Amino acid sequence: MGLKTFKGGVHPYDGKELSKEKPIKELKPQGIMVYPLSQHIGAPAQACVNVGDTVLRGQKIADAGGFVSAPIFSSVSGTVKAIEPRRVATGDFVNSIVIDNDGKFIEKGFEGCSDYTKLSKEEIIKKIQDAGVVGMGGAGFPTHVKLSPKNPDSIEFIIANCAECEPYLTSDYRSMVEEPEKLIAGMKIILQLFPNAKGLLGIEDNKSDVIESLTSLVSDEPRIEVIPLMTKYPQGGERQLIKACTGREINSKMLPADAGCIVDNVATINAIYTAVVEGKPVMDRIFTITGDAIMEPRNYRICIGMSCKDILEAAGGYVREPQKLISGGPMMGFALIDIDVPTTKTSGALLALSEDEVSKYETTACINCGRCVEACPENLIPSRLSKFSDHGDKETFEKWYGLECIECGSCSFACPARKPLAQSIKTMKKMVLADKRKK
Amino acid sequence: MSNLLKVSSSPHVRAKDDTSRIMLYVILALMPTTIFGVVNFGLRALLLVIVCVLTCVASEYLFEKAVGKKSTIKDFSAAVTGLLLGLNLPYTLPVWQAVLGSIFAIVVVKMLFGGLGQNFMNPALGGRAFLVISFAATMTHFEYDGVSGATPLQLLKNGDTVNTLDMLIGRTGGTIGETSALCILIGAIILILLGVIDLLIPGVYILSFVAFITLFGGHGFDTTYIVAHLCGGGLMLGAFFMATDYVTSPITPAGKVVFGICLGVLTGLFRIFGNSAEGVSFAIIFSNLLVPLIERVTIPRAFGIVREKKTKEVKANE
Repeated sequence: MGLKTFKGGVHPYDGKELSKEKPIKELKPQGIMVYPLSQHIGAPAQACVNVGDTVLRGQKIADAGGFVSAPIFSSVSGTVKAIEPRRVATGDFVNSIVIDNDGKFIEKGFEGCSDYTKLSKEEIIKKIQDAGVVGMGGAGFPTHVKLSPKNPDSIEFIIANCAECEPYLTSDYRSMVEEPEKLIAGMKIILQLFPNAKGLLGIEDNKSDVIESLTSLVSDEPRIEVIPLMTKYPQGGERQLIKACTGREINSKMLPADAGCIVDNVATINAIYTAVVEGKPVMDRIFTITGDAIMEPRNYRICIGMSCKDILEAAGGYVREPQKLISGGPMMGFALIDIDVPTTKTSGALLALSEDEVSKYETTACINCGRCVEACPENLIPSRLSKFSDHGDKETFEKWYGLECIECGSCSFACPARKPLAQSIKTMKKMVLADKRKK
Repeated sequence: MSNLLKVSSSPHVRAKDDTSRIMLYVILALMPTTIFGVVNFGLRALLLVIVCVLTCVASEYLFEKAVGKKSTIKDFSAAVTGLLLGLNLPYTLPVWQAVLGSIFAIVVVKMLFGGLGQNFMNPALGGRAFLVISFAATMTHFEYDGVSGATPLQLLKNGDTVNTLDMLIGRTGGTIGETSALCILIGAIILILLGVIDLLIPGVYILSFVAFITLFGGHGFDTTYIVAHLCGGGLMLGAFFMATDYVTSPITPAGKVVFGICLGVLTGLFRIFGNSAEGVSFAIIFSNLLVPLIERVTIPRAFGIVREKKTKEVKANE
């Protein structure tokens, strides 16, 4: 085989065939758009428009709230209707800018750049920062911060996370099929910032067509290499991807930069390309709507801020009543309590399942089978960690490396006793980390 | 909205195998040796096995009923215990003794400690040990073809010659399920292919046992002697079906290795220096008791944690 990978992991049903063959379709929203001010890790953005203002597509509507923060842009033209708390995918209410879309999509002019190789490092980072680029794979970490490590010369690898290991999701796959040149140009832009780095495109081997096409596209790029990876969840976990591509290991207290790596996913690198070459801020993204309850599962290029409900309507609605709606994939996505939530920079998918298998299962006693241990990509003993969580034993939880958990859910997936291992570990982790912050 | 959506924390999907399915796999894998045992020893063997399975399931059901707990017989773990206990008995054992052993296995060894997952000792072996101590005469009385005689291991211990081919196939005296190394290996392959067990514990067990008898058996590296020891007694059944019992073996990978070594050394010790020719059950029971300790000292290094930290901890412990 010779495919690179990491130790542990699981093989859930991947469901990608539902949406992988259909080309990306442009989707223009109607009506109300909602832009939560916190769509990234770090300080929330500060609204810079007032109720009643007219805005254009691409106009900044909120300034970054600090260095670790990102500005937000309108993806439509229209009028600011309100600035008020709105429910988002996680179920929380987040202060949001509500814009009444006029349906005309009048753009504020954008200043492209014909030759990015002439730009200085500072100019590139400035463009990325000003475009509001954040980690679009789900984490939402502001990209300009990630691209400004303490010692840029020590960065040896820029890893493009093309694994897309979450079942059902195909947005990265589609964009690699349809616009691979953006990914490669985006990678070259990042490489310009790090003279000592090599670009690696880590792709799971269930996307063999993309591995082939990208390999031939980078054949005359000495600094970029395609790394075929074994198809296994969570291959796209940051630490697992670094391990597979470079053999290096990092723990929860380290940044990828400590191992000489920077990891960005496909959508983020494409956004870097759009920001630097086309001068456009983050307004759109590729979004997968899929699941057995959806009439026409496929990928759309959506305007960020539109409601999941509108995307569902575009996809023909439901073929059967869903029991569960998930923002993201089935392994790490959030279950929605309502379909009418806005999409953000980090929302990549809506998954509608006609049957919620999890709610049918009954938890039984742990039989110590060790499947969670085999599944854990972090080499932990999830069954014990979950027991320590249930007992509130923070000290032993930490001693058994509980804080190293990446919350991938592989242990819960594998558990034959159907115990919610990852869920209880996550809860305990939050409590321990909260205690640490207090000290 | 008419139908409310279900909301729960991720992950939202699960693997196919659950506990009862795993237990069914184990029962399936035990079928070759069970069928062979019945063919080898006759219908009385079948009767004993069935009595053990039924008594185990019934004891679990009645105990849970009595203490007001939810019945867990549907997970088939009691059936597995009954089957294993049955296979560990000589086919001539009186039925009432088998019933008593089954009740002890389920009620005392398993349920009193909290039921499935909480017992510190393999219930089937606990039941067997109880019977060996209580009814030594009937538990060590072995017949083959209607003639009572020594088992191959006893012959081996007395320095007599044994037919290793017969031992491999299982045409010898012994307990119902332990005689055919071949059938047990077929079952072991089934378990490995179904992903129920891996080779770590049985492999280390067998290797360290071979190393021990080579060093201390007094025959050096004599292949006939070693093969006879491997195929004789409960070693194969114990290594693949009882040492691998999830509940009573370590969960840590390094712990499994330590556990296997303990088993190999103890089995060798009991067989060569002990009073009895057999030593597998007590080796497993004894090692079961060491599991919590073994796990404590074999917590694996988490991914990305640098080794230095660990050596420091070891030093601090010394």
